[in-house]
Amino acid sequence: MQNVPTLLLIAWLLPLASFAVICIGYSIPQMLGMRVRYETQKYAAYIAIFAIVTGCLLSMTALFRHWLPAHPLTAAGHHSTEEHADEHTSASQSPFRLALMQVEGAESGASHAAEHNNDPPPYLSDDWYTLGQFGKLKLTIGYYIDTLTVLMFSMVTLIASCIHIYAVGYMHDELHDFTDHEVTLDDGQHLHRRGRFHRFFQYMSLFSFSMLGICISGNLAMTFVFWELVGICSYFLIGFYIERHSASTAANKAFIVNRVGDFGMLIGLMALWSTLGTFNFGDITYDDGTTQAGIFSQLHTEANDFALAPPEGMSQWTLFVVGVGIFCGCVGKSAQFPLHVWLPDAMEGPTPVSALVHSATMVAAGVFLVGRVYPIFSAEALLVIAVIGCITLFIAATIAITQNDIKRVLAYSTVSQLGFMMLALGLGGWVAGLFHLITHAFFKSLMFLCSGSVIHAAHTNDMTHMGGLRKKMPITAYTMLIGCLAIAGVGVPFLAGFSGFHSKDAIVEQALSHWHHNWTDGFSWALFIVPVFSAALTAFYMFRLWYMTFAGEPRDHHRYDHAHESPRVMTGPLVLLAVFAVCAGWGFPSWVRPGVLANFSVPNLLEQARPVGTLASKTGVFLSDLFIPNEHIAHAKEMFTPIKAPAGLAAIAAAILGIWLATEVYLWRRVSAGMARRLRPLYQLSWHKWWFDELYDFLFVRPTFAVSDFVARTLDRGIIDSFLHALAWLYRALSAVVSVVGDRWIIDNGVDTFAEKTWDLGLSLRSLQTGRLRQYVMFIVVCTIVLFVVASLWWSYAAAG
Amino acid sequence: MMPLPLASLLTEPVGVAHYLVVGAVLFVCGALCMATKRNAIGVLLGIELVLNGANLNFIAFGSEYLRSESETIGLDGQLMSIFVITLAAAEAAVALAIALNFYNSFNTIDVDQADQLQG
Repeated sequence: MQNVPTLLLIAWLLPLASFAVICIGYSIPQMLGMRVRYETQKYAAYIAIFAIVTGCLLSMTALFRHWLPAHPLTAAGHHSTEEHADEHTSASQSPFRLALMQVEGAESGASHAAEHNNDPPPYLSDDWYTLGQFGKLKLTIGYYIDTLTVLMFSMVTLIASCIHIYAVGYMHDELHDFTDHEVTLDDGQHLHRRGRFHRFFQYMSLFSFSMLGICISGNLAMTFVFWELVGICSYFLIGFYIERHSASTAANKAFIVNRVGDFGMLIGLMALWSTLGTFNFGDITYDDGTTQAGIFSQLHTEANDFALAPPEGMSQWTLFVVGVGIFCGCVGKSAQFPLHVWLPDAMEGPTPVSALVHSATMVAAGVFLVGRVYPIFSAEALLVIAVIGCITLFIAATIAITQNDIKRVLAYSTVSQLGFMMLALGLGGWVAGLFHLITHAFFKSLMFLCSGSVIHAAHTNDMTHMGGLRKKMPITAYTMLIGCLAIAGVGVPFLAGFSGFHSKDAIVEQALSHWHHNWTDGFSWALFIVPVFSAALTAFYMFRLWYMTFAGEPRDHHRYDHAHESPRVMTGPLVLLAVFAVCAGWGFPSWVRPGVLANFSVPNLLEQARPVGTLASKTGVFLSDLFIPNEHIAHAKEMFTPIKAPAGLAAIAAAILGIWLATEVYLWRRVSAGMARRLRPLYQLSWHKWWFDELYDFLFVRPTFAVSDFVARTLDRGIIDSFLHALAWLYRALSAVVSVVGDRWIIDNGVDTFAEKTWDLGLSLRSLQTGRLRQYVMFIVVCTIVLFVVASLWWSYAAAG
Repeated sequence: MMPLPLASLLTEPVGVAHYLVVGAVLFVCGALCMATKRNAIGVLLGIELVLNGANLNFIAFGSEYLRSESETIGLDGQLMSIFVITLAAAEAAVALAIALNFYNSFNTIDVDQADQLQG
C-alpha cells in the first residue's frame, strides 16, 4: 500500500523521461541542422513504447498487488445502512457520531436505506515537492491517490500502450521522405519534406505524461498545470501536419477554444482558494505533525455528517461560482456545448492522436476533473452540468448522422458520449458517469484505431468512397463491429452485454431516477427522453458508419482494389482493445479466488472511490424543488419496477431501433425519395452542424476581426501612427535646424578654424627644421645663452629666497 | 689696479670654483666643436667634451663644502658622473653605428649632407 505512490510516480515519470530522451537524442540534433537517419528514428518509437508499457505494468502492479489487497472490494449498489454503520463505528469512535447516527437512523429508518452520507474513500495524499510559497499560497507537486487514480492510471496507460504500438505501423510513412498530397506549394508542386517519426512519439510521450499528471495530482493548482500541458500537447499533435492549412487552423482552434473554458476555470480556482485557502484535495499531515485540511474535508466536515456545507466565510453563491467555474474548464476540455466546436476539427491530426485525444487523455481529463472535484458541486451546479451535458449529447448525436468523413462521425460521437457522462455526473450518477468514461475509452479508442486502419488502407477519410471493405480487411471490420455494438449498448436486458450496455444503462437509470423524483417540474422528463432518443441516434449513426464502410458493394473500385488488411502491429492492439470493449463492463462474483479479483469490476472499483459525501441525495438551496437523487436508489430492489425495468428496456429498445433503422436505410436501402425530400431541412441542419461554426464566425470571429480592423486602421494607423508620424516630422525639422545652425555653423566652424591655425603654425615652423645638425647645435647654444642672460637679468636672489 | 674678475682664482687654493671654470671651458669647447665640425666623428668628440664638462660640474657640486653632513654618503656627484660616463659610452656606440651606416649609404660622414629630415 505504501508502495503505491512510488509505483505510480515511476509510471508517471517514465513517459517524461522518454520525452526528454527523444528530445535530446533526436529533436535537438535535428534543430542544430543534423540529419537524423531513419533507421535511428525508429528507436524513438521503442523508447516511447517501453516507457508507456512499463508504466502500464507498474500501474497494474499497483492496482492488483498493492491497492486491492489493502482495500478489498465489496459488492456494489447495495451498501446497506448496516454496512455503512459498521464502517462508521470502526472508522470513528466518537460517541457524538454514534449518537448522531442513531438519531438519524430513528428518523429515516423507514425511508430509503442509503440516505445517510458516505465517509471519505481510502486515499493517500502528500506533497512531493514545493514549487513555491507566496504568502499563504503554497504551490506544490503532490499526489492524491484513491481508487479512481489507480483505475485511471491503469486505463490510460493500457490504452496509450495500445495506441503507441499501433502508431508504429500507422506512422511508418514518416520513416522516409514524405510527400504531402494535401499541401500544394506556390509552384504547383506537392510539399516534399523529411519524415518526422520521432517527433510524433516525443509528443505522444509528453501527452501521456501530462494526462497521468492530471490523474495523480494532489491539488487543483497542479491539476491546472497539467491541464494546460495536455492542451499544448494536443496543439502540437493536432498540428502535426503543420504545413496543411486545415491542420494549423484546427490546432489554433483547439487551443483558443480551450482558453475560453480555462478562463472560467481560473475564476473558479481563485474563488476556491480565496475562501478555503488551499488547493489540496485531501488532508496532508506534515512532518511537524500539523495537518492541512483539504478542500473535501473543509466542505464535508465530519461534524456535519459529511454533507456538503460551505464553511465559515463561504457563501452558497461562492460555492456555486466555484463549481460552475471549474466546470467551465471541463466544458472546454471535454468539448461540451457551447465549446464543442474544436473537437471535430481536431481530426486533422494523425489518427492515433485522435484515438488518444478522444479516449484516454484530453477529453477524458474534463470528465475526470468533474469526477475528481465532485464534492464541491452544489445541487444547482450539478443541474448546470446535467443540462449542458444533455444539450451536448443531443446536438452532437444529430450532427453525427450525416457526416461523411469517417473520423468526423467518430468525433461527434465522442462529443455525444461525453455529454452522456456529464449528464450522468450532473444527475448524481458519479459511478455511472465515470464508468461510462472507462468503457467509452476502450471502445472509442478501438473505433478510432479501426478507422485509422481503414484510412491507412483506403487513403481517404470519405466514407462515400468506401464500401465492402469487410472482405478486404476482416479483422478491422469485425473489431469495428464490436466497437459499434459496444457504443450502441447492445446486450441482454438485466443480464449482460457489451461494455457500453452496462454503463449506458447506469446513466439512463440515473436519468429516469431523477425524473421519477422530480416528477412535477417542467423539464426533467427531457433529461431522460433526450438521452434515450440520442442513444437510438448513436446506434443509428454508428451502424450507418459500419455499413457505409464495410458492407455493401465497393463504391470506388480503384480504392477497393488497393485496400489491404493492416499489418499485425496494428491489428494486435485492435484485438486487445476489442476484448476490453466487450468485457470492460463485466465483473467477477464475490466468491472468486484469488481474493483480489473477488467482486472485481469497474463499477465496484468506482464505488470504492466515491468521493466523500456524494452518496446522499442533494436538494437545491436556491431552487428548493431541485432534488438530485442518490445513485443507489435506482439499484434498490423496490425500485425495479418504477426505474430499473423501464430504463433498461428503453435503453435496449433505443439501441435496437437505431440499428434497425440504419440497416433499413443503409444496408437494404429502403428509403423512398419522398421521405428523403421531407427530411431535407433536418438533413441540412445536421449536415451544417447546426451552423455552429457559422454562428461563432458571425458572433465572435467576425466581430473580433471587425474590432481589430477598427483598432488597426482607425486607432493604430489613424490616430497613434499619425501622431507618431507628426512627432517624427517635428523632430526631423528640429534636428535639421540644429544640424545647420548648431552643428555646421558653431561647432564645425570652431573646430575647422582651430585645425586651420594649427596647420598654418606647422607650416611656418617648418622652415626651422633645416635638417642641418650643426645649425641645431647653434640654436641650442644660442638659446641657452639667451636663457641664461634673460634669467640673470630677471633673477632676483631675494625672490628665490 | 682694477681687480680682474678671475684674478683671485689664481691666488686661492684649488676649490670648487676652479673645477667649475675648467668644466665651463670644457663645455664651451665641446659646444663649439659640435657646432663647427662637419665631420661626424668631430661632432662626437664635441659631445664627449660637453658631457665631460658636465661631469666636472657634478663632481664639483658634490664637494663636501656644499652639502649637509648627515643626509648623504658623500658620493652623489661621483655617482652621477658614473651614470653620465655610462650613458656617454652607450651613446657613442649608437652614434658610431649611425655614422658607419651613414657612410655606407652616402660614402661620406659630412653631417651637412645629412639633411634629409628637413621640414
